[in-house]
This record gives sequence, structure tokens and C-alpha cells, in this order.
Amino acid sequence: MSGSALDPKTAPVFPMAARAAMKDGQLRRNVRHATDMIQAKRARVVAEMPDWQELREAGKQIRQHTMENLDFYLEEFEANCTRAGGVVHWARDAAEAQQIIVGLVKASRSDEVIKIKSMTTEEIQLNSALEAAGIHPYETDLAELIIQLGHDQPSHIVVPALHKNRQQIREIFRREMNLPKLGERPEDLADAARIFLREKFLRVKTGVSGANFLIAETGGVCIVESEGNGRMCLTLPETLITVAGIDKVVPRFADLEVLFQLLPRSATGERMNPYNSIWTGVNASDGPRAFHVVLMDNARTEILADAEGRQTLNCIRCGACQNACPVYRQTGGHAYGSVYAGPIGAILTPQLQEMHHAQSLPYASSLCGACYEVCPVKINIPEVLIHLRNKVVKQNGPLNIEALAMKTMGMIFLSEQRFRAAQRMGRMAEAPLVRRDEKGAGWIGWLPGMLGGWTKARDLQEMPQETFRDWWEKRGTHGS
Amino acid sequence: MHWNTGYQSEALPLVKRFVEQFRGAETAVVPSSSCVAMMRDHYPKMAAEIGDAALIAEVSQLLPRVFEFSEFLTKRLGLEDVGAYYPHRVTYHASCHGLRNLGLGDGPVRLLKAVRGIDLVELDGLEQCCGFGGTFAVKNADVSSAMLEEKISTVLGTGAEVCTACDNSCLMHIQGALHRQKTGVKTLHLAEILAADEGAGL
Repeated sequence: MSGSALDPKTAPVFPMAARAAMKDGQLRRNVRHATDMIQAKRARVVAEMPDWQELREAGKQIRQHTMENLDFYLEEFEANCTRAGGVVHWARDAAEAQQIIVGLVKASRSDEVIKIKSMTTEEIQLNSALEAAGIHPYETDLAELIIQLGHDQPSHIVVPALHKNRQQIREIFRREMNLPKLGERPEDLADAARIFLREKFLRVKTGVSGANFLIAETGGVCIVESEGNGRMCLTLPETLITVAGIDKVVPRFADLEVLFQLLPRSATGERMNPYNSIWTGVNASDGPRAFHVVLMDNARTEILADAEGRQTLNCIRCGACQNACPVYRQTGGHAYGSVYAGPIGAILTPQLQEMHHAQSLPYASSLCGACYEVCPVKINIPEVLIHLRNKVVKQNGPLNIEALAMKTMGMIFLSEQRFRAAQRMGRMAEAPLVRRDEKGAGWIGWLPGMLGGWTKARDLQEMPQETFRDWWEKRGTHGS
Repeated sequence: MHWNTGYQSEALPLVKRFVEQFRGAETAVVPSSSCVAMMRDHYPKMAAEIGDAALIAEVSQLLPRVFEFSEFLTKRLGLEDVGAYYPHRVTYHASCHGLRNLGLGDGPVRLLKAVRGIDLVELDGLEQCCGFGGTFAVKNADVSSAMLEEKISTVLGTGAEVCTACDNSCLMHIQGALHRQKTGVKTLHLAEILAADEGAGL
């Protein structure tokens, strides 16, 4: 996959991008292997929780309550963070957030930043904005480093380099770190990354992070991670800039009791994240001297205003739905044309675009429900997908083949007479396409137009000579 | 189909139609788990959207009398052994809506296990979608076909002569590929196996 940014405004429609992605056998094997492994780990640690369903319900209630009172909790967070010495900024959209962050980095008199993995910074393409302003960002999360050095794009919310295997990662490190003799054992790769990053941690004076949670009650910010790079970025720089979507707020410190159980188990199959950092404002004797939080809307208010789409904002970015999704497992993340891939991406991306782009994504699902089943905060993703499909249908209007066909079929289903007539007509219409197989059964191996998608890989049996209705009527009303 | 593809306003009159057709029925048995899931998950909401108080009431009275075929047998009638005879190797595909939306659990498998002569083989990756998904099969034909291909290879891996399910739409899709690939494996709805006896010759 190319290094050009994943931008829903210019991305090809999902079926086209998926077809291209599925030609890459290596990618599919990598995605399959990684998602299988994380799913198995998740299943093990979820099974050991006797109250998992109650925890999911509690997680849902916390998130839902927060969204219903978002204005209140955001202001509470702002007041408490400010009181603790943080500076809160508000950004309407991606451009405004970029502008504020670039300004803050420049004010910190640094031309480089160390970064903690953050989907929000991916969403707003912060790295390109920083580079355009002459600021060099260093990704410090191992997978993000692989993506950055490989001029690649993230394909998973939690495991952004999941589409790469060890050998491919070694090649990237060999080339970009100038290490021709680098081995391919995990410890070789980790050592190389550690040496490469350690120097940046000690030198760079400005850090940029996202946030897992913003705690309204205390004004604290929380980041969970596995590698310790986050802890370095949060403690070593003189200036720390955090950017977070306004959906990241939780009411109370105690709410983390629920979320800290749900998130690591769902995301990486761990009982607890190795590093759980919470910091509140600044402290004269320790950590960054200056702390800024950029609270970004970027269409979240629009999503909040839609009663049926709103639950999308409950997401805590665990990626469990991606691992469980049979569509994502075939295509990998890049096919979704957005940094948010998989089922959550299929509902989040079009809404972040206010339904102006990415309208093929709500259809990138068989509605099998595996995503809903694993979601730690019980987001009914299939329900939101259907809701968004309805929005797309309304946008497309009544004058297209699909809409006309749907309307016609709706009319047929409403009347017994029309239904019987349609069955007779169907048998006549299909006749020229039907071929007999060796057993004498009639099959259709080719269909025209849109329906041709069906006959690419499947045959279709001809309509039966005797319908269920005919058979039922022949038996008499009460059967025998 | 209309609702799940996004044609909500076209789907609404079909709720009324269903109520008109089945209001007098003691029980409605539906041989398709996704149809029952549609009714249970969406009909109350759709009736509310139409805003017709009588329809809302009728939907809520009718829905408890609507059963998916296998749950009608196992839950409503408390049956497992229906006296069928089917001396063939069979594997069962758990359709997503039956599995997740209706919670059919092992009901269909218990019915199959009680069939005389049957050699029932468990399908690997039972919880995996077959890739049908209604209009998904046409709109995202490539992804759907790739999902189907995996399902077909697990079906063939069981050595079964027949793949059964509680949903004809999954079966139509699975059967389409089994026939295209000339595997000789056929699909049958669960009801067809349970209706088989020594003279049926299925």
C-alpha cells in the first residue's frame, strides 16, 4: 500500500479498494494471522470474567450518560484542568486543531516533537501539517514507527502495522535505520527501535499525545499503552500537547474502574495495560512545565445531534470489532480509505465526513453482528450501519436502478396477485439463462448488470416449478 | 431486504401487510432466521415510526407468536426427536441472525442429533459469517465471494454430503458456490431433513 494519506474525500469506493487489497496474498495472510491471534487472546481473558456482560452494560451506561451530558462534562473538565495548571484550547475542526498545535510547538521553540500513538492525530493528518510547518514528528510507538519509517498508513486502530510481518518490518528498519545486518527476531527489532528512539526521548523538548480518557471530575488526562514510550513522552519533554476528540471525556475518576477492565481485554487481550498514565495539569517539581489540551469537535457535535448515530461516539477505540469482522479480515484496513477501518470505521468515517464522503462504507458489512457481540460498550454497529444506509438511499434519490427495483419489489410484496404474477414472469424471464446440469437440474451461471456480482462465484438455481404456495394449497388448508 | 439496504420508507408498508396476513394465526412459523430477526429487532420500531397506535399494539401482540422454525420445535413444543430418518453425513451452518439475534444456540443441532441414521459433523468456524448479507453479496461481490470461499472449504473439510441451516438465504449462497465448483455437496433446509423418513428419498 502506498504512503499517501488515507483520506475519505479522495479514497476509492470500498468495493474497488477491497478488490485491489484482496489481490495482495501476503497482506491477507498477515491480517488473518494477527487478527486470529488477538481474537484468541481476547476470548481467553474475557471468558475468565464472570461479570463481563454486566461490565459491558456498565461501560455502555457510562458512555451514554456522558454523551447525553457532554456539554456539562466538557466544561467541568476545562475548569478542573485549568485549575491544575493546564491550558485548554477548543478546535472546531481538523484545520483549526492543526493550526493550534503547530502554533504551540513553535511557541515551545522546538522544530521537532516526540509523539505517542494517537488516532486523533491520524484523523487530522497532524504529521503532514507539522512537516509542512518545518516541524519533524517522531512516532515513538513501535508500530507507528514502522508505519512512519515505511511511509505507510495505519490499518488498525490498536495495531496500526498489523498488515506487516516481521520480515517486512526488518526490511524497513534495515533501510531506514541503516542497519544492513539487522536480524528478524522480535528482540532484534525491538532493540533497534529502542536505540533509535532513546536518543529522541532524551533530546526532544516537546511531546504530542492523544488521550484515551479525559476525566471531568479531576481535569486529569489518561493514556494507556504497552511499551513505555508513552510514559517517556509524558514525563521527559518540557512542553506536552494533548489533542483529543470531545468524545473522550468521562465523568468520574471512578469510571476508569469499568473502562480499565473493558479496554485492555478487548484491545490486546491483556488483563491490564502495562502502562496506565494519568496526569493532571502541571507540577513544578516533575514532568512537563507547560501542558496544553486541544479539545476538538471535527463533526462530533453533528454525530451527537443524530439520535440513532449518536452511539458511535461511545467508542473507546479498542479495535475488537476490527479483529472480529469477517470483512476486515479479508481486506485489511486500508481498503476503508480512512484511518478508522473495520466496522467502527464503516460507521464513524461517513459521519465524520457528515455523509458527504465515504458513502460506500455503510455497505461494507454483511450485518453478521460479530462486531456488536465483542464491543465492550455495546455499540449496536449493525443498527447504525442500517441507519446510515438509509441516509445514503435518501441522498441518492428515487431515480436510479436500485431504488426503482426496490420500489417495484416493495409493491410486489404488498399484493398476493402481484406476487404470483411476478413468480410467473420470473420463470419466463429466467428461461433463456437456465442451463441443465448433468442431473437435469436447471441452473443460472450468468446474470446481467448489478446481479452479475452474484454469478461471479456462484450459480443460481432456477425457480421451482411448484412454489410453496402451490404445494400448500394442494395439501388443503389444514394439511394432512 | 428493503430495511437492511436502507430503503426504510419502502419497508414500512410491509409491516402492515404482515400484520394483516397473520393477525388471525395462532402461531406463525418462519423458515428463515434472518426474517424473524428482522421482525423482532425492527418491527416494533417501524410500527412506532408509522405512528399508528393500533398497529403498534398489533405488532406487540403478534410478535410473541412468531417463531423461527427450529425454535418453534425446541422452545414452543419442547421437541427434540421428531422421528426423522436421514442416513447421510450432514454439517450444520449457524446463520448469523439465528446465532446472534435470535440466540438459537444448540437448538438446531439437538434436533439434528436426534435424527436416526444421521452422521452429524461439526463445522469449523461455526460462528463465521458465510458472506451472504443480502444485497452485500452483490454490492461487495468480491469480499462476499472470499468469505464464501472460506465457508465452502470448511464445509468440504467435513466430508459432508449435505450442508443444512435455518436460513434459506445463506443456503442459496452456499449452494451457489458448491454447484459452481462441482463439489457434489448439496444444501437442504433443516426442515427438509427433519421431514425425511425412510420413504422420502432425499
